[in-house]
Formats: sequence, structure tokens, C-alpha cells
Amino acid sequence: MSEIQFSKEELERYSRHLIIPEFNIEGQRKLKAARVLVVGTGGLGSPLLLYLTAAGVGHIGILDFDVVDETNLQRQVLFTVDDVGKSKAEAAKIRLEKLNPHVNFTVHNVQLTSANALDIIKDYDVVADGTDNFPTRYLVNDACVILGKTNVYASIFRFEGQVSVFNYKKADGTFGPHYRDLFPAPPPPGLVPSCAEGGVIGVLPGIVGSLQANEVIKVVTGVGEPLAGRLFLLDALTFETRTLKLHKDPNTPEIKELIDYDQFCGIDGDKQNEKKIKEVTVSELYDMQVKGEDFQLIDVREPYEYEIANLGGELIPLKTVLNNIDKISSSKKVVVHCRSGARSAQAIEALKKKYGFDNLYNLKGGILAWANEIDPEMAKY
Amino acid sequence: MAKVIIPTPLRKFTENEGSLNTDGTTIQDAIKDLTEKFPELKKHIYDDSGSIRSFVRIYVGDDDIKALQNEATPLKEDSVVSIIPAIAGGIK
Repeated sequence: MSEIQFSKEELERYSRHLIIPEFNIEGQRKLKAARVLVVGTGGLGSPLLLYLTAAGVGHIGILDFDVVDETNLQRQVLFTVDDVGKSKAEAAKIRLEKLNPHVNFTVHNVQLTSANALDIIKDYDVVADGTDNFPTRYLVNDACVILGKTNVYASIFRFEGQVSVFNYKKADGTFGPHYRDLFPAPPPPGLVPSCAEGGVIGVLPGIVGSLQANEVIKVVTGVGEPLAGRLFLLDALTFETRTLKLHKDPNTPEIKELIDYDQFCGIDGDKQNEKKIKEVTVSELYDMQVKGEDFQLIDVREPYEYEIANLGGELIPLKTVLNNIDKISSSKKVVVHCRSGARSAQAIEALKKKYGFDNLYNLKGGILAWANEIDPEMAKY
Repeated sequence: MAKVIIPTPLRKFTENEGSLNTDGTTIQDAIKDLTEKFPELKKHIYDDSGSIRSFVRIYVGDDDIKALQNEATPLKEDSVVSIIPAIAGGIK
């Protein structure tokens, strides 16, 4: 490690680390020698990338395939209004290079898949997972287990956060518990709402992503006790925190290769189901309205979503649909919509199955598609 | 009375209650008590065969019931039960 040298500028920049007795220049050398991959540059990725860059991690991989969107700015503090529409990974790099010119960055402007995950992750020492969906969570976990990399994990929902250090290599060469020891299989689609559906308070990923950055620094430097074999839970609403024990589960199958994670998470089946449901596009709906066709429009979102934006449809939230069939026409065409089309597909599926409705059409892409294609003045959320 | 902490994603089934008290003296009793009061919770905790779902963990204090006595794990007056669901949020 002593071959890692620092310039005068670096010594001054990192001086508040260097004067911590248990951290000192050795800790800083380990940070500079480290290669950390941050998967996802969103709510968790923002504080992760900002703090890891500021702290002087030598090489940081930035992985994201998405572009910056207006709705990101409520919590993704890496980005500014000027970044909207730009590649997240590229915009992040430009911002971070201004923060610390002594850090090297590699941009991975791709979606992590079973085909590329091992090849990308093999070049890093530690992975920080800040993704937003179950297939990528399992993919990151499995790739880290196969390659023997530590996976610093965090996840958030509304006011609640989870943090852990998975697959941590202990001094005796064995590895600590990983994501599949905690959750062997994901929930079926639709059972657990996503953040896009369930919402998240903007500061929560700031808190939780900062804890995640702290764990990355501990893992890299060997300072302190990483959150390995433990799961930290935060409820920001009540300010209750818990730190629970995690065990290796002897029933967890050995991970030998990467699989099809969409299929594992039941997403393929879900897409096929959506296909079986009759659809109308937003432009077809617009035409129906302009021509004054006789049809019923039903909105299965929640009242607070209706207040943000609506198409004037009759509000029957998804969970109350089966109790309100008297309000749904069985004779004329009925268009059902939600935010993006998933909940309305569930509503149609349930109504078809239980009551045999065959006059229901899903609005493809939901009110978001309407805002994108028909009414640019409408608020997206 | 043991206390059961309800995680955010399941609070919509408990009339937004974040924690509930139970007279149950084992995990099995406590969850039965809970799912009788709030029937919609059941399918989120148990699968069709009556096993605890693979994306939910149940803890008493700081330990997993799997490392204790599974659903027969006894509860004391001051036990705190946590239901921990998989959540995937991050980017969006």
C-alpha cells in the first residue's frame, strides 16, 4: 500500500481523514486503491456517489441506463434542472469530476443484465446496490456471490429503509450472508408496490444512501465493523431503528450461474397477462373523446393521485373495484386507466375473472402516456 | 402483551397502524391473532400452503425465528416482533 502516493492537494483535501487516528493515511491509501461500482445513480446512488467521490475512492464505476427526469429531482441531488433529458451516468460523471479531480470514473451507460453483469462487476472490489427493482437486486447479488465481491445493499420504501453488507469476506476467507439468505425469492409482481407507485420521502434515500456510503468506506478501509451478518432498519416516520441478526441459511442453493431474473421475478408472466387484455392507446382514447363516442372512463388510482392529474374518469381505486361493479357498465365500452397501465391491467384481470366482464379496455401507458403524447401541460408524477 | 411492528408496505392492510399489540404467546398465535383482525394481511405473510412467504422474515427481538423455534417461538410480555418484507426501491 505504501506505493500509493498523494499530491499536496490531495493531502490537504483529505486532511480531516488523515488526522483520525484509526483511519489516517493508511485508510486513505486503501480508499485510493479501491475500485467501487455504484449500480443505479438515483436516490441512493446520488449520496453514494457524492460521498465516495468526495472521500477519495480511487476508481468509481457509475452504472445507469436511464435519463434524468423531472420527477427525479425531488431526491436525486446529483442532478440539476439542466440535466433533465440527459444520460444519468454521463451527467453524474460531469458533476462528480468537478467535485474531485483526483478520482477516476468509468461510465457504464447500460442496463445491467445476466449477459454483462459478471464482465462489468469483475473489475471492481466492492459493489453498492442502489437499484429499484427485484430482478436487478437478485442479479447484483448473484453476480457478487459468484465473483466473491462484497455487496453493500440498501433499499427504501416511503419512510422505511434497509441496509446491510452482503457476501462480506471475513478474515478466515468465508463469506457472510447474502440477499438470498434473507429473501430466498422475490414477491410476485403487484404484491409489493414499487417506489414509483408507493412513493418515497425525498430525504430518505439521502439518509440511507449515506449510511450505505459509510459501509462502503468501512469495507474498503477495514476500519470499524461493517454491517455484515446484520440488517439495519430505519423508520424515518417514528425514528425507530433496529439492527437485526442475519444468518446464512443452509437451505440457500449454491449460486453457480446467472439466470433469467425477469422470469425468476415473474415479470415475463405479468407481461404476457397484460398482452391478453384488450388495450386502447392514448391517441385512440383522444379520438373517442373528440368523436363523442359513448364509453365509460374509469380511473383505478388513489384519490391523492387523482388530485395531481386526472382525465376526468370515474375514480374507483384498485382495491375497491370488485366491490363497485354496480358502477361499471357491462354494456358499453369501458376504458380503465391508472398511472402507467399496470394497476388497470390488474383491475381488468380481476373483473374478467370474477364477473366475466368482456367490454374492458386498458389504457396503454396510463395517464403518463397521455401527458407525454396528448397533453404536455399535464403534470407527470 | 407482545408488540408487532408492521412494515410500511403492509400498513395499508392494518388501517395504517404501525404497531399492534397481541395476546399471542407464540409467533403462530400472534400472527393468527393479527390476520383474524386484518384478513388481508394473511396472503402477504403466508403462501397458499400455509408457509411463511419467501420474501418475508419474522423476527423476535433481534433474531430471526428461523434461528429460534420458527413459528413456535414463544413471546414474552415485552417481546417485539418485526415483520420484514423485501422492498426493492432505490432509483425511482
